[in-house]
Amino acid sequence: MAKVKESPWLLHYDGSSCNGCDIEVLACLTPVYDAERFGIVNTGDPLQADILLITGGINTQNKPVVEQLYAQMPRPKVVVAVGTCACTGGIFKECYNILGGADTTIPVDIYVPGCAARPQSIIDGIIKAVDLFQKRSDEHDALMDKQKRKEG
Amino acid sequence: MKMNIISALLYILLAPLAGALMDGVGRKISARMQGRIGPPILQSYYDVRKLLGKQVIAVSPLQSFLLISYLVLMVLTGALFFSGSDILLSIFVLSTAATFLYFSTVITSSPYNTIAASRELIQIMAYEPAVILACVGFYLAAGSFQVDEIASTNTCMLLYTPGFFAAFVFILTIKMRKSPFDVSTSHHAHQELVKGVTTEMGARNLALYSIAEWYENVFLMGMAGLFVINSHWWSIPLTALLVMATFFLEILIDNSNARMKWENMFRLSWEVTLLAAGVNLLILMLIR
Repeated sequence: MAKVKESPWLLHYDGSSCNGCDIEVLACLTPVYDAERFGIVNTGDPLQADILLITGGINTQNKPVVEQLYAQMPRPKVVVAVGTCACTGGIFKECYNILGGADTTIPVDIYVPGCAARPQSIIDGIIKAVDLFQKRSDEHDALMDKQKRKEG
Repeated sequence: MKMNIISALLYILLAPLAGALMDGVGRKISARMQGRIGPPILQSYYDVRKLLGKQVIAVSPLQSFLLISYLVLMVLTGALFFSGSDILLSIFVLSTAATFLYFSTVITSSPYNTIAASRELIQIMAYEPAVILACVGFYLAAGSFQVDEIASTNTCMLLYTPGFFAAFVFILTIKMRKSPFDVSTSHHAHQELVKGVTTEMGARNLALYSIAEWYENVFLMGMAGLFVINSHWWSIPLTALLVMATFFLEILIDNSNARMKWENMFRLSWEVTLLAAGVNLLILMLIR
């Protein structure tokens, strides 16, 4: 099984958040927290990303965007919801246009609560996501092997 | 002859290792300059290993073929160079490789890629004169276009060709895709072209591209080294020193400059090429 956990590439998508969590996500990459020491790269390109980081709730307008971003990411992939809004809808939950947390649209694996989520807990969430990414990757490889044997 | 084939084979086998290490060391030095710890030295290797295992989503099936052609031509460029053959031939194969990268980009017809591809062409136009002039400089100083003959002269080429070297180092920033001239790809996150020419490359295709970049960087460093290496034994440590200094300088430039508009990149690179390499060319032609 290939080891993939040394190289988790992130795609950060900002739903309808107040930008508090987005600032904290960017803070993870600054010298104080330096997420790059775990090989984390903030790519901005869904085709190259392994982990989807969502901040803010889902509204009727960004629902198709989130679905498309998720579909464009190659398998194996992991989704992390950062902040209370992305987990449940948070303070905006009762708004007429808000559907709720990220899990109303795509399957979410890791929830990082907080308003705003602290960089420490975001990095903690990413590290958990990385372990899950490795597990999924192993399963993906096993599945591919099985398929190959069936064909061959 | 036998030596030439061995050094070409050594390049083909060792350049990916050296290129990956160079990339890793570069990222580490960058991080230290910014006061960060930075990723492990082998990070680029981990990235490619991961990319090879991911699900392949290709916008066009031709993209893989074009990228493989890009990689093969890039390997050929370096193999020709390190086997000591004609340097002009290497440069022309390098340009052909760049064309294949351009085609692999435009074939996806994504808007980001289309802009990045036209910028890639502008980049080629910006750096090509300096590269060709460097070859002319080697010819005027050493009397030959053959890499093995240039490398076995009695004196250091740099004494005759400082202007050509300055122009070459200047365009090396474009060629190695470093800021401020990194207009067609953006290796720093959140820039206006997403990931430039690599936007539509994922999984195996991006891995091919990265490996080709490793080969290219080793070739470029080899070409920088050709300015110093000669028949004396002391030229070998001196070449290593110059190559490392050049590499460090590129990282320093990358970290201390913001992105530039392509118009400025184009104008600046041609000005520097004409001034540095052009004046050097005139002087060389006068004293010969």
